[in-house]
Amino acid sequence: MKIDIILAGVGGQGILSIATIVGAAAIKRGMYMKQAEVHGMSQRGGDVQSHFRLSDQPIASDLIPLGKADMIISVEPMESLRYLPWLKKDGWLITNDQPFVNIPNYPDFDALKAELAKVQNCVAINADQIAKDLGSARSSNMVILGAASPYLQLPYEEIENAVRENFARKGEDIVNVNLACMKAGRELAEKK
Amino acid sequence: MSKALFLGDEAVAQAALDAGLSGVYAYPGTPSTEITEFIQNSKQGKAGEVHSIWAGNEKTAMESAIGMSYAGKRAMVCMKHVGLNVAADPFMNSSITGANGGLVVVVADDPSMHSSQDEQDSRYYAKFALIPCFEPSNQQEAYDITYYAFEMSEKFRTPVVIRLTTRLSHSRSGVERKAERPQNPLNIEKDPKQFILLPANARKHYRKLLDKQVDFENDSLNSPFNKYIDGTDKSMGIIASGIAFNYLMENFEGGKCPYPVLKISQYPLPSKLIAKMIDECGKVLIAEEGYPFIEEQVRGVLNRTGNIMGRLSGELPRDGELNPNLVAKALGLPDTYGAPVPELVVPRPPALCVGCPHIDSYTALNKAMEKYGKGKVFSDIGCYTLGALPPYNAIYTTVDMGASITMAKGAADAGLRPCVAVIGDSTFTHSGMTSLLDCIYENTPVTVLILDNSTTGMTGGQDSHALGVLGEICKGLGVKEEHIHRINPLKGHLEENVAIIEKEIEYQGVSVIIPTRECIQTLSRRMKKLQAAKK
Repeated sequence: MKIDIILAGVGGQGILSIATIVGAAAIKRGMYMKQAEVHGMSQRGGDVQSHFRLSDQPIASDLIPLGKADMIISVEPMESLRYLPWLKKDGWLITNDQPFVNIPNYPDFDALKAELAKVQNCVAINADQIAKDLGSARSSNMVILGAASPYLQLPYEEIENAVRENFARKGEDIVNVNLACMKAGRELAEKK
Repeated sequence: MSKALFLGDEAVAQAALDAGLSGVYAYPGTPSTEITEFIQNSKQGKAGEVHSIWAGNEKTAMESAIGMSYAGKRAMVCMKHVGLNVAADPFMNSSITGANGGLVVVVADDPSMHSSQDEQDSRYYAKFALIPCFEPSNQQEAYDITYYAFEMSEKFRTPVVIRLTTRLSHSRSGVERKAERPQNPLNIEKDPKQFILLPANARKHYRKLLDKQVDFENDSLNSPFNKYIDGTDKSMGIIASGIAFNYLMENFEGGKCPYPVLKISQYPLPSKLIAKMIDECGKVLIAEEGYPFIEEQVRGVLNRTGNIMGRLSGELPRDGELNPNLVAKALGLPDTYGAPVPELVVPRPPALCVGCPHIDSYTALNKAMEKYGKGKVFSDIGCYTLGALPPYNAIYTTVDMGASITMAKGAADAGLRPCVAVIGDSTFTHSGMTSLLDCIYENTPVTVLILDNSTTGMTGGQDSHALGVLGEICKGLGVKEEHIHRINPLKGHLEENVAIIEKEIEYQGVSVIIPTRECIQTLSRRMKKLQAAKK
């Protein structure tokens, strides 16, 4: 089994926590993992991306070749489209559909939705609203992780366990709200 | 032992700790910062068993490490590539003194300039200093190489360079650790002349260093990190160094490359292995991250037969990072590409944070500078460099750490009026103090704004040596007290701030204005910690 994922978002939106959680679940299964992150200057409100690779065989490159990613997981809609050159033909794009506007020339929202609709396999959900309704606006990244979970080829319980471990030191309430967010995202994706 | 997930930087740090490190010396710089931070947050770092406090700059870091090596203990210096320019003087001379306790210099290069002003290749520095250099290709190798580098440094009594690049520094993978080794005892260098580089001694030590070159190359030849992997198709051979080896192998299912491959992760180059490849294959493709360092050495200046291919011959681009696709093209394999980026996707450049004190400083400065026209504000390296972008368009230069003040001086010497310098608190103590002293010595008409956000912001908020002492430093250097002002960069203080800046710009001597307000990022982290402590 081998899965290559581009994680996308804006600096500070929590794409690295998604990688940490999935990575922990995969490592527990004895899988190989490589994950290239972006640190430094581009973190200041700029676009950020992470190349995240899992395999039961050793992985050569830290970067995913163009046209070879199985999935783009994004917490921001425009950012999800920036990495289409990496997505393979039948790959999946899972994204939050709520724009993060911190530039003056951000594209028209409807035009953006139309572009997303053109992608063959696309799950675009309002993760911000779901996270807010469940009482933790900051956990929209977990909603997105939930929406991506059916395509990850990892047992859902193992991802849940990784969420528990990741948030354990922040207390049970935080663990539970993040699990709920992830579950809500998963259910929504399964309906689509 | 189970594998731990480490960034390349963290693998280096953990290996150094396991190899019995006594001190790490560094100034923050992307992509090297996480090495020192990992040691600071380690059990040994927190307990103070391993020195890990930030140094004032890379030169002081290098010198402290040489001192620790002199005392017989294992020391590591970490920096980004341009940091080695700052540390170049002690670095070059450390190759002449040689090492006593293991001395490892870790330099993280930034090809493609993700967070840098150039993409210089530190392998040239190691060659320049005539010392061994390692270039790990993955996180496990970053660990194994660092562990070995200390042994090698002590065995050959030489400083050793480890060269990382951004992708390895900031990529995470599973790493298996080795047994922990205790720290060295205090053991001062026995040869009383080794560290006294008077010409007579230096000549002797330099000859010793030249003699060691054979040993260094033999070590490379027998190194487990350099591998000659034979192939069935000898129509071409491939030399791939560091992380470029991974990009090469990505193109072959299961790593089964039909061509012979020479993987290089240790220098000086093992010339016998290179000769073997040229003799057997005739034609060689060289893939390396950074400058065409190997390619230049292998082809010499002529390459009449055109049988050496790489960045110089155009099979690979001359600049920027490599990736699997670029290597595929050089191999003549089909390129892959998904859908194009939709036209509506626009760039999202990094920006100053909402609430950043620099925004208020630039607003005030721009207002004060309105009547003088463009081109008169010189700046430096830090978050405030983003003041070059709209909507601020406030600064006109960024060259190197500390250059703001001395460039303003040079322009003032040329007759430009007024000349204003903008520099951060940490950059000022890194390299701005001697610049200011030059201005004071000549009473040059410059106005220096030291933006004091009480941290080293750009690299993630490391402690700044300047904390709370900037006014005293400036006074001590000789700035007249009535021309040193602390101002509060907040909207409500805009008018008085503009008035102070305007007044000092008119003063025909050295003045220093220090807008002081904590970085919004470190402030919010501090507040969260305080709240958590209350609970």
